[in-house]
Amino acid sequence: METRELICINCPLGCALTVTMEQGKVVKVEGNTCPKGKSYGEKEVTNPTRIVTSSVKVLGGNIPVVSVKTASDIPKEKIGACMAALKTVAVKAPVAIGDVILKDICGTGADVVATRNVAVKI
Amino acid sequence: MDRYDLIIIGGGPAGLAAAISAKEQGVTNLLILERDQELGGILNQCIHNGFGLHTFKEELTGPEYAQRFIDRAAELEVPYKLQTMVLDISEDGGEKTVTAMNRKDGLLVLKTKAVILAMGCRERPRGALNIPGYRPAGIYTAGTAQRLVNMEGYMPGREVVILGSGDIGLIMARRMTLEGAKVKVVAELMPYSGGLQRNIVQCLEDFHIPLKLSHTVVDIQGKERVTGVTLAEVDENRKPIPGTEEFYSCDTLLLSCGLIPENELSAKMGIKLSRVTSGAVVNESLETSVEGVFACGNVLHVHDLVDYVSEEAKRAGSHAAEYIHNWKEEAIKETWELEVEPQNGIRYTVPQTIRPEHMEEKLTLRFRVGAVYKDRYISVYCGSKRIFHKKKKKMAPGEMEQVTLQKSDLTAAPGLDKIIMKLEEA
Amino acid sequence: MYDVVVIGAGVTGSAVARELSAYQLKTLVLEREEDVCCGTSKANSAIVHAGFDAEPGSWKARMNVEGNLRIRQLSEKLDFPYKQNGSLVLCFEEEGIGKLEELKERGEKNGVEGLEIITGERIWEMEPNLSRQVKAMLYAPTGGIVCPFKMTIALAENANVNGVEFVFDTCVENIEKTAEGYRIETEKGSYETHCVVNAAGVYADVFNNMVSKRKLSITPRKGEYCLMDKKAGTFVSHTVFQLPTAMGKGVLITPTVHGNLLAGPTAEDMEDREGVQTTASGIAKLSQQAKKSAENVPLSMVITSFAGLRATEKGGDFVLGEPEDAKGFYNAAGIESPGLSSAPAIGVYLAKQISEQLGAEKKTDFVSTRKDIPCVSEASPEEIRRLIEEDPAYGNVICRCETVTEGEIVNAIRRPLGARSLDGVKRRTRAGMGRCQSGFCAPRTMEILARELKKSPLELTKTGGKSRLLTEV
Repeated sequence: METRELICINCPLGCALTVTMEQGKVVKVEGNTCPKGKSYGEKEVTNPTRIVTSSVKVLGGNIPVVSVKTASDIPKEKIGACMAALKTVAVKAPVAIGDVILKDICGTGADVVATRNVAVKI
Repeated sequence: MDRYDLIIIGGGPAGLAAAISAKEQGVTNLLILERDQELGGILNQCIHNGFGLHTFKEELTGPEYAQRFIDRAAELEVPYKLQTMVLDISEDGGEKTVTAMNRKDGLLVLKTKAVILAMGCRERPRGALNIPGYRPAGIYTAGTAQRLVNMEGYMPGREVVILGSGDIGLIMARRMTLEGAKVKVVAELMPYSGGLQRNIVQCLEDFHIPLKLSHTVVDIQGKERVTGVTLAEVDENRKPIPGTEEFYSCDTLLLSCGLIPENELSAKMGIKLSRVTSGAVVNESLETSVEGVFACGNVLHVHDLVDYVSEEAKRAGSHAAEYIHNWKEEAIKETWELEVEPQNGIRYTVPQTIRPEHMEEKLTLRFRVGAVYKDRYISVYCGSKRIFHKKKKKMAPGEMEQVTLQKSDLTAAPGLDKIIMKLEEA
Repeated sequence: MYDVVVIGAGVTGSAVARELSAYQLKTLVLEREEDVCCGTSKANSAIVHAGFDAEPGSWKARMNVEGNLRIRQLSEKLDFPYKQNGSLVLCFEEEGIGKLEELKERGEKNGVEGLEIITGERIWEMEPNLSRQVKAMLYAPTGGIVCPFKMTIALAENANVNGVEFVFDTCVENIEKTAEGYRIETEKGSYETHCVVNAAGVYADVFNNMVSKRKLSITPRKGEYCLMDKKAGTFVSHTVFQLPTAMGKGVLITPTVHGNLLAGPTAEDMEDREGVQTTASGIAKLSQQAKKSAENVPLSMVITSFAGLRATEKGGDFVLGEPEDAKGFYNAAGIESPGLSSAPAIGVYLAKQISEQLGAEKKTDFVSTRKDIPCVSEASPEEIRRLIEEDPAYGNVICRCETVTEGEIVNAIRRPLGARSLDGVKRRTRAGMGRCQSGFCAPRTMEILARELKKSPLELTKTGGKSRLLTEV
């Protein structure tokens, strides 16, 4: 039996989790306040994932960059590749929240979407 | 001269939520004055996620969170002026005068019944920290760096040392790393981090960035651009320990060493400020020592969650609405008011005073503790009677706590001049 | 071929250049930094000394007392902030009163007016926050405070408007005597001139020693300072000195002309002529000494600390004029305190000598006045309305701590010898000088600088040279 101490990063509460594993399988998550904490604990020890937030260049916008995020969490080890992919992207204004900037980034299945509106530069 | 019922100073999360709430309560003659070129305040540069879990039950980025409020304000047709700087607020016989200026209107002198202060806060700069060394380019507060990277599309530098483990510092450690910079270390003067636990995990640990607690910067090298900084360990009095110096070469030093509510306007107006929070002293209605002037958000006390700012601002908005609706009707000067006295580990509470007769059925008091505590009870005493008692596994100065008081508990003890809030051993 | 080349665009070089510009002379100022006022002139006590301290008959005494009068007039002509707030010298022991009397006598010999020794309760009536340990104090009503940035910039700008050329980012490497005068070699080419003015601050000995056998030796003496928030600006109303020692006038506490409170300087002899770093020990010393004058000096309200180097010459006095063996080479060397106060007098003195030697006539079209950038934070409502009407940019506040507008920043960039860096804007407008120390306004000022100078933000610097502010993503 193996245990791992984690801090849940789902929300700012930051619950201290204790995950118990047996032969690579999670048998127990303790310390969580909500169900999200349990699934975070399970996932973090087997297949850790993160939401990635960044920004990409905007052409012809009233501001030079637009903030973006992965619409769902992606495997942690793909973060670097995703950042590299985002560097090559430039979008044309206007941009609206939710616009897909990059589909299925790095084969993660997650789309990258805009998180703010950018108007056309007047 | 233009006359308003309510002027809200600041169009960030606090100002927006306050304006929306006031409008929803029937205040139609209101105006937001915002100094930046768009509404949303500092949220516009906080492109990371983690906002809105309480308010919207989903995880949003800063700009998304702001947009929800901007959209709601637009729906309600809340008027606002952008790039408008308030220069002065004064009060005469209840009516307030707000002096502001912008490109279009020139100098504005506006009269209003009520004011909501929502100016936010600023970062403590290098100068105020008295960090010795040269004064080269490459020293930025974390928030300035955040703006440069996330809104202007530039990097402040490539090799970074961060002093202070406040949330913005932690967030920027990750952000700079993702953008290809090398963040060598985060140093924290205190023996604990000032940021949220989750940020230490996902911003530092995820990227193997070391966090050095009880460390500070004792020298900055570089005559034109930063070439390195020297860290040293500090003792329990936060004084550097000779012999522990360690040099880090870098071209950038980011500072995340605390936020200070921006209360210059409030102080000039004669509003009583708290020495602990640097914000106004307020009562249960979030009203300051000047009648009809309310405060909310980071100008009142520095929050760690925008959700709480929105909730607080909403209350400020509805109390301001109430004040406007009762304008000149009831002059209740002599109201029973009691003080909330923080003791034993509790640094401050907001509000600091309560007028039980004006309380809603429930009142949320927010507070911070002065050190890291494990397994303590938060207790509130009304005389000898304990009216609140709750155990917390862990409390830290970086994380705001709250208790909820019942009106009936306070009105049951008429004449009391204070209630006491303190931490107690389990 | 120039008539005069001035080395150094600090307050002394700028004052000399301004006075020379009244004559029909072809004058050039060479400056190694990117702007005027980048050395000692930007990091000092910002005091206009009354002139009681220097040895009677010394250059320091003569130039200080005359300079004090001239600054008052110049501040009106050239529109820079000056205030005659009076200064005080404190003594903490009964035995020190004799020394105060000596100082008073010396001052009177130097021609300082209105000196008075104050004892008893009047001390605290004049300055309620002074220590109760004060036994007596010398009051010099002619002491004043000035903005050293704006004063230097005003002098240089006025010189420039009157035809003096300024070349920045150019370091003098060698000076050679020629048949007609001197050849000044720089990293970017050489300049021929009849006369040279050596106003090179802590490097003045180096240049003197290139042309004269009468060697000078300058030791940079570092002074560290703490500048406090405007909230602390009324802690004292006079400039408060302590009885001077061998190392200088000691730590003073003074309001600044912009309403902050300043404490400093320490005094530490240095080898490094660029050693303007602050130190923990220096700040600690400063704090300890300042508290001697006033226990409650609000050092916790510090918004920035900085250090400057005084150019202390071993002879102890200013070195002014031509060395015997180097005709046409005019020194303004060893300009330590009271250098700022003396600069206008030094300017007049050297310009007179040079114009006589070269037989230069006065110009008939000399422009003797200039107007500074409008200051919105100090303007009346009517003035603000008028400014915004003329140019809406004066309604757009960029620096919120000091209420500096886009109009002022643009003006600072566009005017003669305009700002080219973040610090250049700061010294001209005070944008970034306030309590947040440019946290909010730096990105916006950069945007304006890039736009006005037609540069990429990546090229912008804090203070010229390699002090780049940004890198690419």
